[in-house]
Amino acid sequence: MIAESGHYALVLALALALIQSTVPMLGAHQRDVALMNVGRSAALAQLVFAGLSFIALITLHVTSDFSVANVFENSHSMKPLLYKITGVWGNHEGSMLLWVSILALFGAMVALFGNNLPLSLRARVLAVQAWVAAAFYLFILMTSNPFARLATPPIEGRDLNPVLQDIGLAVHPPMLYLGYVGFSISFSFAIAALIEGRIDAAWARWVRPWTLMAWIFLTLGIAMGSYWAYYELGWGGWWFWDPVENASLMPWLAGTALLHSALVMEKRNALKVWTILLSILTFSLSLLGTFLVRSGVITSVHAFASDPTRGVFILGILVLFIGGSLTLFAGRATALKQGGLFAPISREGALVLNNLLLTVSCATVLFGTLYPVIMEALDFKLSVGAPFYNLTFGPLFALLLLIVPFGPMLAWKRGDLVAAAQRLLAAGVASLVAIAIAWAWARGGSALAPLGIGLGIFVITGAIVDLVERSGVARVPFRTALHRTRGLPRSVWGTAFAHAGLGIALLGIVCETTWNSELISTLRPGDVRNLAGYEIKFDGMTQRQGPNFTEVVSTFIISEDGRQLSVMTPSKRSFATRGMSTTEAALMTRGVSQLYVSLGDTTADGGLAVRIYHKPLVLLIWFGPVLMAFGGLLSLSDRRLRVGAPRPARAARALQPAE
Amino acid sequence: MRNRLRLACLALLLLAAPVAHAVQPDEVMADTAKEQRARALSRDLRCMVCQNQSIDDSDAPLARDLRLLVRERLAAGDSDNQVLDFLVARYGQFVLLKPRFERQTLLLWLLPPLLLLGGGLALWLQVRRRSQRGVETAPKLTAEEETRLAALMAAEQQPPAS
Repeated sequence: MIAESGHYALVLALALALIQSTVPMLGAHQRDVALMNVGRSAALAQLVFAGLSFIALITLHVTSDFSVANVFENSHSMKPLLYKITGVWGNHEGSMLLWVSILALFGAMVALFGNNLPLSLRARVLAVQAWVAAAFYLFILMTSNPFARLATPPIEGRDLNPVLQDIGLAVHPPMLYLGYVGFSISFSFAIAALIEGRIDAAWARWVRPWTLMAWIFLTLGIAMGSYWAYYELGWGGWWFWDPVENASLMPWLAGTALLHSALVMEKRNALKVWTILLSILTFSLSLLGTFLVRSGVITSVHAFASDPTRGVFILGILVLFIGGSLTLFAGRATALKQGGLFAPISREGALVLNNLLLTVSCATVLFGTLYPVIMEALDFKLSVGAPFYNLTFGPLFALLLLIVPFGPMLAWKRGDLVAAAQRLLAAGVASLVAIAIAWAWARGGSALAPLGIGLGIFVITGAIVDLVERSGVARVPFRTALHRTRGLPRSVWGTAFAHAGLGIALLGIVCETTWNSELISTLRPGDVRNLAGYEIKFDGMTQRQGPNFTEVVSTFIISEDGRQLSVMTPSKRSFATRGMSTTEAALMTRGVSQLYVSLGDTTADGGLAVRIYHKPLVLLIWFGPVLMAFGGLLSLSDRRLRVGAPRPARAARALQPAE
Repeated sequence: MRNRLRLACLALLLLAAPVAHAVQPDEVMADTAKEQRARALSRDLRCMVCQNQSIDDSDAPLARDLRLLVRERLAAGDSDNQVLDFLVARYGQFVLLKPRFERQTLLLWLLPPLLLLGGGLALWLQVRRRSQRGVETAPKLTAEEETRLAALMAAEQQPPAS
């Protein structure tokens, strides 16, 4: 009954999406207020039914109703409650249902908080949003029904893939989808603006918070996924340039570019056409990501589901939306008037350069991901792996990081590069000192590593210098400076945090890749090994029974200079239902560095194969993105940016320092 | 699946005494210089039964076979390029994680720099065009406006009489 209700709710959501995709559009065309307002109610009702459908699937999983194929294939009655719930989106059908539910959520949010939008714009945005929704409801109902029943209900389920039975599954996919799908809003706004043929700074003011929100979620989602892979897959890697990872990185790169170009559009009314194009491209890349992951066109670790009929359907959606929107863009973009002029050396100019580098890096990743697929179709099999990206993406991003501190230092419209460089002198000196120290201290490793450290320090101190300059700490009396610091807009703090986060992540990446050390050894109880100044003693193994697995836990005693620091307990779990086993690595965190112990098999003569890594400053890799997301959050909370907030009064503006 | 494979191979790999890297001790070459080269080569070679893993990372049996093969060739006195040539002749370009720069991969390698250059050029042209147009369209002030402007500026500089 619950399954049928869920299924029916989904059909109703489709029907509502179809209404929402046509009626408001017609209303906007005929300037009929009543018809335009249909969009609002339809969007809210759509969320209710998509949500009901999603709740129905969760209920089925929680109650272990194995007469439903999806539950049978992905659940088990003994599975802990958390994984019963997260298992809902740990499979193809359920994850698509999560996808459309989040899409409906965003549509409803536009309907709810869009009261101050021009009525016709809101109607059109909601209609476009519903086009996307309708396509995906159809996809689910026709190819991936999560509510399909089994004729003869089995007594027990097949359990969820053990690799996915982790807290990471509770956080990573929802975050990632909130990011992916969040970009649908800027897409819908772009299409609506093209249809309307009108776009202004108010448009950018509207789009920017939504883009920022999606970007925050995507940033956290990617970072979370990377950390999950790091501790779960058991060999300490955190980024593999896997097609599925690239699929999430591409919308992030394009979305980051969009964030910056929307800024130019909002503040200076320039880059309109480009911002529209980026809005379309960012969501197109999100769709492409969904296609890559869900169609199995590129088989990889993450692509658990693969079925060609689904692939063709999503490809159809992809062609329809990307092709359609780009055609519309080509036809209407020239009608949009270009706005404010600016000199090449200006804040706008720096942001344009940022956009150029971000889009080229994004294109590099896109091309590297798709090239093997295209060439395979032409009967030429090749691989594009990490070394390719290190050689192409690496320099592009290094160049981008080099110009990051300059951007905020330049004035809008016409900047002074020499003055900016002078202000960044402190950052430059700090970076040189860091390079010198790294050079002197480093034993072995790439010669580029100290330069990487220097670049990271430059970006971080650059962000700090920006704050110092704006508050005038170095120039004016302390109390005035304090007053000014408090008066700084939150978006200024947000920028500083986000940019510093980039530098911090770079420091982590450089240190981890250059100076990590590893030890592979076969140990017997009582054996002691040394790594990176730590003494690691293998104490023994014990058997333990988990809810739906048995595990062998090994105990390692870690000490330094004869003082015991910690006991690490990596384990190996065997899941009987699927006949699979997983390695649960143990991590010991000291500061931001980690010791990582992962287990192999036991040998015939009673030894245990162990892999131990010391990863210096590794946590910075994820701390950076978290800081970036925090910066985004600060900007989002800026009153001037908040959705629908009135323009700031003159008095508030007077608090801002002169630039 | 990959996990299971990995574990199975880890067992295979780790039968012997400790060493400081992912390679099985019995694979290590006596010649440290050659071993260094072998490790570097391994990082650029794909374990073909895995997804996006180099043979240096992977614990699949095939990866081990390839690692041994690489060392065998190095021991026989091959240069790095000869080793790669040998493997490509055997397994095709698929084995290389870093595609070679040749006819079929021309586009792949050249796209990023070309895009950067093309984008930069387009921006430069736009800036130039815009600045030219800006000069053309900015209307010259008439003599009357000039005098008014001069008067205004003079008034600005005078402190207000109070």
